[in-house]
Amino acid sequence: MIDRRTFLTGTIGAAAVMACPAVLRAQGSPIRIGFPLPLTGPFDWIAADQQKGAQLAMDVLNAKGGALGRKVEVLFRDDELKPAVGAQRTKELIENQNVEFIVGGLAAHVQMAINEQAKKANKIFISISQSDEISAKPDSGPLTFHEALNPTITGRSVGAWAVKNAGKKWWIVYADYAWGKQNNAVFTDVVQKNGGTVLGSTPYPLGKPEFSTHLPKIQAARPEVLLAAVPGNDAVAFMKQAISFGLKQQTKIVWPLHFVDLAKTVGIDAFADTYGGTSFYWELQDSVPEAKHYVEAFTKKFNRPPDSYSGYGYSGIMEVARGIELAKSTNSDAVATALLNNPSYAHYKTKQWWRKCDRKAFQDLWIVKGRQQLKGEWGYFDVVSKVAADEALDRTCGEKGYA
Amino acid sequence: MIDVSLQALAAQAFTGLVLGGILVLLAIGLSLIFGLMAVVNFAHGSLYMLGAYFGFFVLGLTRSYWAALILAPIMVGIVGLVIERFLMRPLYGRSPDDALLLTFGLSFVLIEAVKLVWGKMGLTFDPPKAFAGAMNLGFMSFPVYRLFILAVTIVVLVALWFFLEKTNVGLIVRAGTRDPLMVRALGIDLGRIWWLVFGLGVAMAGLAGVLAGPLRGVYADMGLEMIIESFVVVVVGGMGSLPGAIVAGLLIGEVVSLTTFFAPKLAEIVVFLVMALVLLVRPSGLFGEAGLAE
Repeated sequence: MIDRRTFLTGTIGAAAVMACPAVLRAQGSPIRIGFPLPLTGPFDWIAADQQKGAQLAMDVLNAKGGALGRKVEVLFRDDELKPAVGAQRTKELIENQNVEFIVGGLAAHVQMAINEQAKKANKIFISISQSDEISAKPDSGPLTFHEALNPTITGRSVGAWAVKNAGKKWWIVYADYAWGKQNNAVFTDVVQKNGGTVLGSTPYPLGKPEFSTHLPKIQAARPEVLLAAVPGNDAVAFMKQAISFGLKQQTKIVWPLHFVDLAKTVGIDAFADTYGGTSFYWELQDSVPEAKHYVEAFTKKFNRPPDSYSGYGYSGIMEVARGIELAKSTNSDAVATALLNNPSYAHYKTKQWWRKCDRKAFQDLWIVKGRQQLKGEWGYFDVVSKVAADEALDRTCGEKGYA
Repeated sequence: MIDVSLQALAAQAFTGLVLGGILVLLAIGLSLIFGLMAVVNFAHGSLYMLGAYFGFFVLGLTRSYWAALILAPIMVGIVGLVIERFLMRPLYGRSPDDALLLTFGLSFVLIEAVKLVWGKMGLTFDPPKAFAGAMNLGFMSFPVYRLFILAVTIVVLVALWFFLEKTNVGLIVRAGTRDPLMVRALGIDLGRIWWLVFGLGVAMAGLAGVLAGPLRGVYADMGLEMIIESFVVVVVGGMGSLPGAIVAGLLIGEVVSLTTFFAPKLAEIVVFLVMALVLLVRPSGLFGEAGLAE
């Protein structure tokens, strides 16, 4: 026979457990995800955006009780945009902080260094910035996932669209390092395949924003389209100088990628009527329900709409959590298998999926055009076209070295 | 292959001339400081950057580009006076390495300080409307703002020449460069002259910064790349030689511009090739005096 007090305590306890099961179950030790990214250096502004996306994902997940009832904790570390530092931070995250997964990375060479460490420790790495190599042999491992677009997909999508809609005669200016060279190669190829010609291409040293010596020659060649594979702060200088030489009057300027934050820095006038690709633009919330949800939550938390790379950070963390729930485990092998067997997801925009052979995410991409008049505080672009996700836009798994 | 017309070549040469002008402005301040004080100012690039940020700040406050153009170099000059008085002065008489390390460290302190105040993302400011477009020069259309920079450079150089050759203070500066001991023996407070010259040299870096802001954008690392090229200019011209800085600045500008035209990939390396060649033939630089840099 149980007495009244024991009965009451037990009942109240049980009721409490039933009333808020998520809260109680989330009290186990948190699931830790390591997140190396270049918080300092020339791309710190893109990293800040990636970080915001991951922070939002953490909030959203934990408000729902985490994953498998455990809280999700994301540990950010500054890799300074240096491969050696990226490797070191990743190693520390795995060995000292016991992270179960790695998400993050910006710039191809740093991603590679992070990936090497994740591979050694047998942990999933979801890379969230552009790189062709990260999803190809020999760099990619069985637990390497690539959430972002890559130069091949971006170039083929933006290039094919721009040859049809902006002009056939091209000139390419590119930063003389991996990302710039890849863009030069992919765009040259796609322009020629679509019946256009590349009149010339000009490399310039990354981080040295003096274009005056290049511009007279380009101007004299009279291209219809000028592709600017010019990243970060260099882009500011490029736009200003191209405009001052009067290039914008005779030539349409196309960028592989457009960024809201960059347009805000350079100013609406400089970006007006220029074209670029993007994995996400916040005004997609008007047409995509998932985007509406995401942009609203983001704006509420950070008091501004997201730029494109926060979507990668957000989606990367959400995919880890989805994989854990599917696998009912935090074991990287089990999570990877679960994700590849259930490849479709849509966390913040239209449907995406993992290709099984190279663990590459396929997703829609949009072409945006700089507005002449700013709409509100952040409305820099018009969405002019959507390029639907298509595995044919990337190299085949055979071409990437998978037998 | 692009056929090389005389017109295209003229356009390229003119572009190089203007590019050289900006380099001269930066290098001459560096050379001035070295010539008198034998201090290699590694913070020069960061003070150039500071000039651009101060220009942005004054422009935001006054809405006047002209106010920015005049006030920003003065503000940088004042920063320079403070640096010389409180940081450099205690190091005089010690190994030149100490001053070098101080200015090297200072350059990074300034970069991080600017990021704290103005944020990590670069800024941008526009030239006055009158300078916004391009002007038809007959053989090419050329940005008006770049022509303006060339004009400012010429005015500054003439003013500097006048100051050094025609004023009493200029006379002391020149004498101090030749024989500091003798000048001191004549009862002249050379410390005060050093102080002013450091401020002046640094203000010229600031001026180059304000001028370059509308051209290249304003961001914390903008001085890092420039400092290397200005050092090349100073070394090629001869450490401490003002005519050397002018000739070498224009030379490097032309070399970069013309190499870019024919082989853009080589433009970077050719600058250093020129430096190596000049040093092989004339170890003290084009206008350098042997022994000065030792």
